[in-house]
Amino acid sequence: MARSAKLVTVALEAAGLSKRFAGRVAVHNVSFTLKAGEVLALIGPNGAGKTTLLSMLAGGLAPSAGELHPSGAAGIGWVPQQTAIYSKLSIAENLRLFARLEGVTEPETAVDAMLEQTGLRERSDDAVGRLSGGNRQRVNIAVGLIANPAVLLLDEPTASLDPRQRARLWEFINLRVAAGTSVAFATHEIGEAERYASQLLLLADGEMLFLGSPAELCTAAQEGNLDRAFLALLAARGH
Amino acid sequence: MALRTLLGKDLRILARSPVLVVLLIAYPVVIAVLIGLALSSSPALPRVAFLNEIAPSQSTITLGNEQIHTTRYERELFAAIQPVMVSTRAQALADVRDGKTVAALIIPPELPEQLANAAGSAYVDVIYNGDAINQALVEEAIESKLAQANVLLAAQLSRVADGYIDLLLTGGDLHFLGSSFDVLGLVHAQSILAAVLSRLPPSSPVRHALVQVDAFAKIAVANLGGSRQVIGAVAAPVVARESVISGRRTPLSEYAVAVAVSVSLMFIAILLASGMLALEREENTLGRLRRGLVSTTQLLAEKALLAAVTAVVVSFVMLCGIGLFVPLGFGRAGLWLLAICGGALAFGTLGVAMGALVREVRAASLLVLLVSLPLVFLALVPSGSVSGGLYDVIRVISAVFPFKASLEALDAAVNQSQPSLASALAHLAALIAGFGALARVALRP
Ligand SMILES: Nc1ncnc2c1ncn2[C@@H]1O[C@H](COP(=O)(O)OP(=O)(O)OP(=O)(O)O)[C@@H](O)[C@H]1O
Ligand SMILES: [Mg+2]
Repeated sequence: MARSAKLVTVALEAAGLSKRFAGRVAVHNVSFTLKAGEVLALIGPNGAGKTTLLSMLAGGLAPSAGELHPSGAAGIGWVPQQTAIYSKLSIAENLRLFARLEGVTEPETAVDAMLEQTGLRERSDDAVGRLSGGNRQRVNIAVGLIANPAVLLLDEPTASLDPRQRARLWEFINLRVAAGTSVAFATHEIGEAERYASQLLLLADGEMLFLGSPAELCTAAQEGNLDRAFLALLAARGH
Repeated sequence: MALRTLLGKDLRILARSPVLVVLLIAYPVVIAVLIGLALSSSPALPRVAFLNEIAPSQSTITLGNEQIHTTRYERELFAAIQPVMVSTRAQALADVRDGKTVAALIIPPELPEQLANAAGSAYVDVIYNGDAINQALVEEAIESKLAQANVLLAAQLSRVADGYIDLLLTGGDLHFLGSSFDVLGLVHAQSILAAVLSRLPPSSPVRHALVQVDAFAKIAVANLGGSRQVIGAVAAPVVARESVISGRRTPLSEYAVAVAVSVSLMFIAILLASGMLALEREENTLGRLRRGLVSTTQLLAEKALLAAVTAVVVSFVMLCGIGLFVPLGFGRAGLWLLAICGGALAFGTLGVAMGALVREVRAASLLVLLVSLPLVFLALVPSGSVSGGLYDVIRVISAVFPFKASLEALDAAVNQSQPSLASALAHLAALIAGFGALARVALRP
């Protein structure tokens, strides 16, 4: 993808990251680095720990063990799996509120850019609670993008979007990536991971089963197709 | 900055939830007013023991040409109270002491004589039960009826006095103790004197004395008319001799004001603080905010402040409104505000602690109602009504919940009661610190 070999700065680094919830291990000993302008896809079955890992990376959840750099939320944009916006506020009000809280220097310009990006300008004064599920997700994504963060964490961002909106979103993200933004996203669409990610991180039951490029995953599973390689690797590890 | 942005956001959300706001503000105010009314008045007329010691034969007092029927005043009074007829003074006192009646009104046997003598005021005895909840109302009823009776009596008495003066001046028939007298009158007396004087020889030895009597009669005729006003000025012929047996003198209606305001303060502040914090969880925005956009302290302070300020405004307006009906010292309004602010902040902090424990607004409201209602009733349990050990347990529970402390602060501010406002505020400050720490722990990521 639009990656520049010159940008080798590490944007995010996790070492031995673990999270336990009341005795249950949700994420166990995950380590990886995300370079500037790199795109990482988190894949794995339901309950694998993708959301838990992303929440820790975003600074919304304290790890039980392990190291994280940078720690905290500065410069990190987060699009949670469940929409996290105020349903009583309008689209524009939600965007403006988070632009202010994120300390964006020109909130109105950022709000305007996001209304353009989401294609929701005509509905900017509608309360979010009255939007369709997919449109709500578009606002949720826009809130994560609004501060133009150096690292973007997206948890199944396209799950409820129609094909046209998916294409639009990836077009936008790729523009950011080209400008040096690093992206980590969780998805159940193996095709999406293959198309946009340079690295795959395969999680199952909190364990990191694989970390590498899509081609390396196919090689490791001895399969020509990433979909089949994914399932084969899971089966081989007893999942 | 972040705090102001958040406050603005929450106010906007509240403004778009009119049903919630109406419920949140109207419901506590209605509950508070109902509790206040229940404590300060009872729907039926107050029961008052009544003893009339005037002998039936003397119940009509004849003064000059006027007749005063004491029964007429009794009937007036009975419109405002529910009389419980008793036959002895001891029984009247016993009824008041046992709480069968809230007061006793005794008309002493010497009342007609005192009225007739007009040597000063006549007395009726009023004995109140200081413990009675509606003592203030009874006191008012009796006093206002007595004032009405006094106006009528005073008018009647001055007419009687007028009659006597007319009789003295112009003469006529005087009925007294069943006999009738013919009174000459000063005007006639003076003209008789004048006629006698004109026929007396100038050298008559009695002439000098008669001239003096004639001069006196002239002065008396000229001045007696003016004395009518002086006699009519006896404004309160009957005075109530009041006494209170046992209990507090502060009318309970003013304590009820403090209870009513505390209840509305409590519900508004706790419901709003817990609801607005739980809403952040319900909308999943808590996760977003807590990742460094706002600190936990800022978030908690914002919710507690929003709730406290709203509760302060509503409660203060409510207290001023009550002040239009119940006499409260408006000079102490600054202290009311201080007490209300202390209570509101304590309830707001308790609210965020509760809101931090639950995931939904509905769960928060339920938790608030489940916790606060029983604690309000515990705080209102009077000391003498349960056994000592149980009362100590109740006292400890009431001390860790802000209701009692804020009630004491308000009672001290409004009614100057004990314990002092300063100690109640110190208690509230300790609770604010405690619940603030609890909320921080509950909200840890
Ligand atoms: N707050 C929590 N308390 C207790 N357990 C939790 C909590 N959050 C997640 N878990 C558990 O952690 C594990 C991982 O959950 P997580 O949401 O990270 O999975 P996921 O990979 O995102 O799944 P999905 O693809 O369905 O979104 C699950 O077993 C889940 O039940
Ligand atoms: Mg998930």
